[in-house]
Parts: sequence; C-alpha cells; structure tokens
Amino acid sequence: MSREVTDTTFDAEVLGSSVPVVVDYWAEWCGPCRVLNPVLDELAATYEGRVAFVAVNADENPGLVERFGIVSLPTLQFFAAGELTDVLYGARPKSMLVERVEAVLAAA
Amino acid sequence: MTETPVRDVVIVGSGPAGYTAAIYAARAGLRPVVLAGSVTAGGALMNTTEVENFPGFPDGILGPELMEQMQKQAERFGAEVVWDDVTEVELAGPIKTIVTGGGETYRARAVILATGSAYRELGLPDEKRLSGRGVSWCATCDGFFFRDQDIVVVGGGDSAVEEATFLTRFGRTVTMVHRRDELRASKIMADRALADPKIRFEWNSEIVGISGDTKVTGVTLRDTVTGETRELPAGGIFVAIGHEPRTELVKGQIELDEAGYIVVQGRTTATNLEGVFACGDVVDHVYRQAITAAGEGCSAALDAQHYLAGLPPLVDDEVAVSAEA
Repeated sequence: MSREVTDTTFDAEVLGSSVPVVVDYWAEWCGPCRVLNPVLDELAATYEGRVAFVAVNADENPGLVERFGIVSLPTLQFFAAGELTDVLYGARPKSMLVERVEAVLAAA
Repeated sequence: MTETPVRDVVIVGSGPAGYTAAIYAARAGLRPVVLAGSVTAGGALMNTTEVENFPGFPDGILGPELMEQMQKQAERFGAEVVWDDVTEVELAGPIKTIVTGGGETYRARAVILATGSAYRELGLPDEKRLSGRGVSWCATCDGFFFRDQDIVVVGGGDSAVEEATFLTRFGRTVTMVHRRDELRASKIMADRALADPKIRFEWNSEIVGISGDTKVTGVTLRDTVTGETRELPAGGIFVAIGHEPRTELVKGQIELDEAGYIVVQGRTTATNLEGVFACGDVVDHVYRQAITAAGEGCSAALDAQHYLAGLPPLVDDEVAVSAEA
C-alpha cells in the first residue's frame, strides 16, 4: 500500500519531496482504483528511492479535491520539485504508467 | 524475454466470460492461464455498483465483489491468474503465441478470447479534452464530485438508467439525454427512472457539443426531430451510450463482423481459426449480460476441451517444450 497523505501533510510530503512524487487519488467506492492499486504497488517497488508513490483518500481530504479540482477517480498526479508536471485520469495500463513515471523522472 | 512451455489453454480476459471459462477449464485439468489485464481485470462489472440480476444472489451483490468471487473460484481449481496486458497475439497454426506487456510469451494449443468491450465515446472534439474534468464513464467513481450540481447522463439503455438513478444521490438534477422518445432499458429499470422525481428527460436529443474551459460547464443539445439546438448547463456528463468490442488485438487475424465483433460458428464459441474460441461481450452484441457472458465462457471452455481431446496429448510441459524445439 502506498503511504497516505492528507490535506495537512500534502505540502510537506509531496511539494517538499526530494524525489518526484506520484499522487493517487482514490476512494473506497471506486472499482478502477482497486484494480490500479496492485499496479501502483509494483511500480513503487520498482522505483523505490527514486520516485515516491503516495495516495490521497478523496473522500476524507476535501481540501486537496477542491484545490486541484479533482472530479474523477482514479486521478494520478505527477510532481517534480514541487511542480505539477502531469496528470492522468482513469485506470491506465501499466506500460502507460511506466512511460509517465519515466517522464517525471526525466523532468526532475 | 522469457518463454513459457506450451500450455493447453490460455484465456485472455477476466470478466464473467473469462473467469467462467477458467473455472471450467481448470476443473477439466487443463491448467489454464488467465491473462487478466493490468488494470482492466474483472471487466465491466468492476465499474458497477449493485448487480441485482445475477442468479444466486437474492440480495444483490456488488460488481467488484462478484468478480473477486469468480476469480477465487477459478484459482481454487488451479487456474493461474496473471495481472498483465496482452500486447500481441499470433493465433494461426497449432501453437498460438501470446505476448504480454511485461515481456512474457505464452504458448498454447487453444486460446479463449474474452476481451469484452470498451465504452463507446461520443466522438466530440471536446470530449477527450474534458475527460477527467467533468466528462466521465464511471458514475460510481466520479458521481461523488458532482454533489448539488446539474448532471447529464447520455444514453437510454440499462447502464444509462443505472447511472442516472445512482447519480440522484449526488446531483441537484439529473437529466437523461436520449436520442429516441423512449428508454431502451428494461422495464423495471425504466419505470424506476421515470418515477424518480430527480430525473428529467430530454427526449429526441443528442449532444453535439460540450462546453467548459478547464472543467465542464454545459452541453449543446440538438433536437433529432427539428434539428434545433439549445444549451443545457451541467457540471458533469456521464456517457453511457454503449460499447465497442475490444478486438484491436486480433483484428486482421480472425473473422470479425462489420461492427467489429468476433464471429463464432452457430451456437458454439468456435471462431474461424482452429483452436481459437471467443465468448462474452467481444462476441455478443445482443444480450450483453454478466450471466450470458458467464454461460458463453462455460461453452468456450467445453469447446476448447473438446478440441484438445482430439489432439495428441501434451505429455508434460517440459517434454512438450523440447519436442517443440
């Protein structure tokens, strides 16, 4: 499981991260989020130490939902050096996720 | 790239058709591999809420839960489920080859295609741009974000009605936009929607435009009778206008009908290629139910079993591999 970040810890953990961060917005009721989880876990293991994978429970963190205008789950945000560089909506194939992770690594 | 031994059967897809085929094939001792998909695993039911019409569940069951149960049942009998996407298939000849995104190559004497279908899109230029920004294909995922907003649901079938009914929990209004002057949905679903005070209807209407800069603000409707257009404000648009068969993998190798569905012979699941069987939504554009897909999955496993019985036996994976080489 990815580490959960919240309305209060987001800025420090995501914007202040020394490595690029992939943020996964999810919720209990979202089927595609559930199927995306094991894929994100695999990627987190592959990129350990180089890219951080965190999760935001959209149901419990209205501040972040509002701030980024999240209206779709799952949504993946890619941050490099505190900047939002990429957004991906919906559960996408692993190969596409790898491409985007590589891109955010290159941007960092 | 690693290569695995020749198997009896590989199943591509993990909806009700794929898993039912796996249950039957596993119980027949065929040791099937199910290539379930990295993120499409479980198929269309993963995006639904309550399934009320699957026999054996008088109180209903959640779509994702039903799929998890089917997966467990298949695994119980020895089916091997692989969470990877198929990127390439070679279906001609006695040994079929299937390559996954993870770089694995599977070889099998029989293949069961159960790749299902994908959502049909409206085909409007702004649809892609605003997808994830108010245009959605998953009411259960995204409905929550449209609390007290005006919501539009496009379509008139069971899925459209199911989504509209679900979305009344959140929306201030839910408007169903449908091309015809009556719903195509089953009577129980249609009656439920027609009786729902929160659901409005725009009959004989189609969406010809979606407006919004960074998020959806409304849609342009065209009257299918008079041709007149009008604007309708909306924060969310849920598209439920049907499905397209997922046949991009096999296109050019296998016989498809003009709509792109795999053609099977009579009441069987046999395709025009020997040893290749197809079942579920990738074949069926008529019934399209979890239970019919499951039934076809069963037929496909039995057809594959019958086909394999007519071939010389695979003594043992290792032997088969060296004999192959």
